[in-house]
Amino acid sequence: MISKDEILHVAELANLKLKNDEVDDFVSQLGRIVDMESNLASVNTDGVEPTYNMGDTNTTFREDKGIRTQTREQMFENVPESEDNLIKVPTIVDKEDDE
Amino acid sequence: MNYLNESIDSLHKKLAAKEITSKELTDQTLNDMKDKEKDISAFITVNDNAVKDAEKVDQAGINGPLSGIPIAIKDNIVSNGIKTTAASKILYNFMPVYSATVLEKLEAAGAINIGKTNMDEFAMGSSTETSFFGDTHNPWDFEKVPGGSSGGSAAAVASGEVVAALGTDTGGSIRQPAAFNGIFGIKPTYGRVSRWGVIAFASSLDQVGVMSKRVEDSATVLSIIAGHDEHDSTSSEKEVPDYRANLNKDMTGVRIAVPKEFWHEGTNPEIIKQINAAIDTYKEMGATVDEVSLPALKHAVEVYYVLASSEASSNLQRYDGVRYGFRAKDVKNIKDLFVNSRSEGFGDEIKRRIMLGTFALSAGAYDAYFKKAAQVRTLFIEEMGKVLEDHDLIMGPSTTSTAFKIGDKIDDPLAMYMNDILTIPANLAGLPAASVPTGLADGMPVGLQIIAKPFNEQAIFNAAYALQEQNKFYEQIPTALKGED
Repeated sequence: MISKDEILHVAELANLKLKNDEVDDFVSQLGRIVDMESNLASVNTDGVEPTYNMGDTNTTFREDKGIRTQTREQMFENVPESEDNLIKVPTIVDKEDDE
Repeated sequence: MNYLNESIDSLHKKLAAKEITSKELTDQTLNDMKDKEKDISAFITVNDNAVKDAEKVDQAGINGPLSGIPIAIKDNIVSNGIKTTAASKILYNFMPVYSATVLEKLEAAGAINIGKTNMDEFAMGSSTETSFFGDTHNPWDFEKVPGGSSGGSAAAVASGEVVAALGTDTGGSIRQPAAFNGIFGIKPTYGRVSRWGVIAFASSLDQVGVMSKRVEDSATVLSIIAGHDEHDSTSSEKEVPDYRANLNKDMTGVRIAVPKEFWHEGTNPEIIKQINAAIDTYKEMGATVDEVSLPALKHAVEVYYVLASSEASSNLQRYDGVRYGFRAKDVKNIKDLFVNSRSEGFGDEIKRRIMLGTFALSAGAYDAYFKKAAQVRTLFIEEMGKVLEDHDLIMGPSTTSTAFKIGDKIDDPLAMYMNDILTIPANLAGLPAASVPTGLADGMPVGLQIIAKPFNEQAIFNAAYALQEQNKFYEQIPTALKGED
């Protein structure tokens, strides 16, 4: 099982905010899924190396030369808010934090 | 143009003989789509410039097999100047400034990107119901799901809107919808196809593949999109064969393994009947069939949902409302901007996966979940590898059920996850795998899954082609479409 506090903590880590009426659903759904995943404990994995990456080559090399990618103008095409050719975001250091 | 009775070969012949221009073909495709989309809704975005693109191909002249032919592209494959959303609100307005390598290769071969197909949000799902842009309907029964996550691509092909489509497959997202729609679909070996420009879900599992009614058409397309790409260091430098030219339906001496765990107790008995009959067909064609066991298989879903969710939680951190996509309004500070943009922009299934992954990677759970799952994955790869030492192919059903009703499973995530039990193994082991139609069960299509050794896509194409030439399933017209005429 996974507790309501754990769910809220994980949401905080993931930069997600759950509505009050969503929290209970998440607790029960994620609880069932994590319970299912807990069956892994029954597998003996002593001395088994984990597989984190796939692919048949370790490293591929290319010539060390510059390549043309996107321009600044292109990169800005999708920016929701900008000013003076810079990305605009709200306050980073909160005034309320000082109070 | 209605593609139900066409193939890449038949279209190429007409184009090369100038019986039709690419512009006319594209025009007719768009007209036919307009009609069918009312019932199917396979596309999120239609390419407004498709006719212009076709004119350019006409001017340059028809050369290769795909030249001048419209192809559908799953909407998690970025397309320069054509909206790409991954079926998510958080990317509802995203306009890529470059194209994925697979799309560049298709366009270099003269293919026309006709539009971007619907899918489960960020490819997380098995029914295309998690799309922000609404449901896609199965052409065999409009009340049923097309499967997922490449449900739009599958339905577009099955309904004859296009001759072939690109999909992606992280845990079965090409094979399951292929099975549900009565078409062929192949997920190549991990590393066979570049992932550059494919919106990442789980980077150690994701792979781009092809869906078409006929096996030989997917063979043609895969040869074009496969190969090393310096933008994707996991893409293999192995030479790409001409799968189409090498097609060989001789099954004499081909060694087939059938894992008894694939004959899952929860599987629809009508599906089992179909799959057993298909395997008998291979025996009659001269193949040998051995029953084998893959004991770790019973943990496949557990391993997959830990690893795929963990990788997803990391990959999806980039969506924060700052540089592109949906940005939440009325926020006080930067933290609110991140949290509100994500909370309003992601659907429930995405939140569940991010939460699961964040949990599995968090201090205290990492060893018991993430590391443990990665270790069981190793056991799994070894088991599958051992079976493939003595066998050329592994076969079994692609799915445990045929397409289910829209709305039936969407409220029960665990039941939805269990859909993937038969397709996940190939992703965990990085093996090439496909689904090929065998027939109908209760009026809905059934798919046989064929898995091969790494980089032996040819063996899959050959076996699928051999079965196709026996059952000619591509001649069947989806039931719900018949009602329309």
